[in-house]
Amino acid sequence: MESNERRVTYLNAGHTVKSWLLTVDHKRICILYMISITVMFVIGGLMASAIRAELLTPAGDLLSSDTYNKAFTLHGIVMVFFFLIPSIPATMGNFLIPLMIGAKDVAFPKINLLSWYVYLTGATIALVATATGGLDTGWTLYTPYSTAYATTNVVLPATGIFITGFSSILTGFNFIVTIHKMRAPGLTWFRLPLFIWAMYATSLVMVLGTPVVAITILMAILDRCGFGIFDPTAGGDPVLFQHLFWFYSHPAVYIMILPAMGVISEIIPAFTRKKIFGYGFIAASSLAIAIIGFLVWGHHLFTTTQSMYAAVVFSVLTFAVAVPSAVKTFNWAATLYKGSVSFESPMIFALGFMGLFLIGGLTGLFLAILGLDMHVQDTYFVVAHFHYIMVGGAIMGYMGGLHYWWPKISGRIYPELPAKAAALLIFVGFNGTFFPQFIAGYLGMPRRYHYYPPEYQVLNVLSTMGAGILAVGYMLPFFYFMWSLRHGEEAGKNPWGVLGLEWTLDSPPHPHNFHETPIITSEPYDYPEMAREFGEHAGHGTVEAAHV
Amino acid sequence: MSSHPYDPSATVRAYLMVFGALMVFTALTVAAAFVNMGPMNNVVALGIAIAKAAMVMAIFMHVRGSSNLIYFCIFGGLFFLSLMFYFPLIDLFSRNILGVAGK
Amino acid sequence: MSDVAIPAVPESRLQSHFANEQQQYETATFGMWVFLVTEIMFFGGLFTAYLFYRIQYADAFVHASHHLDIVLGTFNTVVLIGSSLTMAMAVHSARMSRSKSIAFWIAATMLLGSIFLGVKAYEYTHKWHEGLFPANFFYSAPDAAQQRIYFSLYFAMTGLHATHMVIGMGIMVIIAWQALKGAYTSRWYTPVEIMGLYWHFVDLVWIFLFPLLYLIGRH
Repeated sequence: MESNERRVTYLNAGHTVKSWLLTVDHKRICILYMISITVMFVIGGLMASAIRAELLTPAGDLLSSDTYNKAFTLHGIVMVFFFLIPSIPATMGNFLIPLMIGAKDVAFPKINLLSWYVYLTGATIALVATATGGLDTGWTLYTPYSTAYATTNVVLPATGIFITGFSSILTGFNFIVTIHKMRAPGLTWFRLPLFIWAMYATSLVMVLGTPVVAITILMAILDRCGFGIFDPTAGGDPVLFQHLFWFYSHPAVYIMILPAMGVISEIIPAFTRKKIFGYGFIAASSLAIAIIGFLVWGHHLFTTTQSMYAAVVFSVLTFAVAVPSAVKTFNWAATLYKGSVSFESPMIFALGFMGLFLIGGLTGLFLAILGLDMHVQDTYFVVAHFHYIMVGGAIMGYMGGLHYWWPKISGRIYPELPAKAAALLIFVGFNGTFFPQFIAGYLGMPRRYHYYPPEYQVLNVLSTMGAGILAVGYMLPFFYFMWSLRHGEEAGKNPWGVLGLEWTLDSPPHPHNFHETPIITSEPYDYPEMAREFGEHAGHGTVEAAHV
Repeated sequence: MSSHPYDPSATVRAYLMVFGALMVFTALTVAAAFVNMGPMNNVVALGIAIAKAAMVMAIFMHVRGSSNLIYFCIFGGLFFLSLMFYFPLIDLFSRNILGVAGK
Repeated sequence: MSDVAIPAVPESRLQSHFANEQQQYETATFGMWVFLVTEIMFFGGLFTAYLFYRIQYADAFVHASHHLDIVLGTFNTVVLIGSSLTMAMAVHSARMSRSKSIAFWIAATMLLGSIFLGVKAYEYTHKWHEGLFPANFFYSAPDAAQQRIYFSLYFAMTGLHATHMVIGMGIMVIIAWQALKGAYTSRWYTPVEIMGLYWHFVDLVWIFLFPLLYLIGRH
């Protein structure tokens, strides 16, 4: 233990505020982002609490209509743009990509830091907008309400989102170049960990899609200032706004889920001690999701004046995009089969992900059916569907990854029992919150309404009770992670005893990651060969030239 | 830094030739705008613009002779751009065909 | 376990996380191309809106386009393509380690860019007085509403393009100043190369804006 005190890590190399705020170390930037997005998650969560509290009773008695509209708008904007989109990429992506490819940092470290400041600028502007009156258009900013009729300040929050979009673009572009150009010798594309494939696909989406929402928001801001691009009284077409908005916002959901899937692809082989089933198919499916994901956005426009023919085309393509996701789910399940499964907390999150993502994905297919969508569009069915994917999927993936790599990031082991409790509470609370919403939506309860007919009250009360449990589940990790920083056992290089380049490094790693560039000579997840040497030599087999 | 030996006079000559060609094409596109070719006007105008763009990319931006990765980057980006054009046009062109209000 | 010493001063401009200068150069140029792809998608949104409305309101777009001065538009096109040539010469000078030439050609590029912007400012003022600025639209015609959509897109597209030019010219000042300090040689001239890519992209956008905005239905 004493030698560790003197060991230089990225955490103790430089204690000044300046060394953190002006860092170009990708690992420190991960921490900076982690703190920021946690703050935004709390804000988004408070909005969710306000919504669920209001919906306990059928009457609109807790919040006024206008305030309720602002609550769900802010909940959506904060959770989508300021939490989910950056979540895994800006934290675990930043931390792990150089480690997993044997690099000393990302390709453009200063641009990495810049992306955090851009994110902060956008987030601050959006929060200032909230404090000075808020926005009530819904996070989707549909015209012409947002451009011509809204009485709330649209320009300010829209500008905040516009600016944060550039943070996303900078992160994605950095990752693409890093993965192409900075891989260690011997690390061919098909020896990359699946997390890298997932991050690469995510970055493609970030780079190709985000500029489109940026320009669309800019056009909406211009319209708000008197231009007439989407003004129906001038012949403008609000559906054009929706086409352009969803051209990004649908692929955006893949920005949110692909990294989570990458995390699951890392956790499952680790806790089954087995080579992942169908590596090539999982890698290819990440790219397939990214590409086909750009072709389905019209399914958000089924109930608009989008033509029936376009709707049919989008419906078929939406069915197609489910296929690569299903491929992943089958392959994860096949990996579990006859594996040596252990149920540490990251694995519980991963298994929870598989179940919840399955439900979310299947209900997405229900929504892809034109006839059914006509009935359940803009009801709680849709709300439940996307929360199953974004919360049951993406956030479970985030939590799973956070638990799995926490020892590497912090150098400490968190207590396992509270972690298991948190995972179970989150799973139970999540289903309690959102499953009743499927039923309520199917029975016709519209979304974004703050008063509703009394027959929906039971389902809403169940949902709010579930939300309470979910909130407790989310609060627990904060406490035991913080506890672990002071009192947690020191993690060695490889506390889980698994394979992966990042597990050959110290926990926490040295600022420059590798003392010598590793040379990669084998496939990832090479577990059967490692089974004999499992134990004291675990994790060393894949890296020939790393010195300890 | 590039893997090819650098030939200054050939490079400058290429730049000047491209500039000359761009001037010719600009004159051509302006002239063509005044000739009534029906729907071909659009085709000609875009065709000339694409030719100019290709020259700027190949010679001024050094794409000619660069790695496959750069080509992949450019054509990938253009592919996605075309998707963004294509699908809303499917919508636009197939509206009001069914005779059902709002579709 | 011994700690690693602080890395030695990098040779030339090699940054510590790169293995060699070739990798660094390729990374920088590839990075710029990825950025240009994002710019293609950024402008692409406006082009999509343009395409959408041009098809719907073909006649109104023709009428609206006739308000634009084709002589000024052609002049600006020639000027901007000229500035692309001067920018290419700046990159060439960097490749030849000629510091003063770099600064000269960049200054020439900036001059041509300024002429372009000056003409655009003139055109904008003219449109404003004719009542064609969409936020202050008082031009009357049977298809005035649809012409307002055209002008919304005209000002948005050319305005965004002009903004990119201004940002580019701002960065050019820094590059020219660095060039005069002898920062760029044939061994390392990456910022000049990247500036060139950016400026040529700005030219590419105009190559498409010009026929789409100025040359519709002139016959």
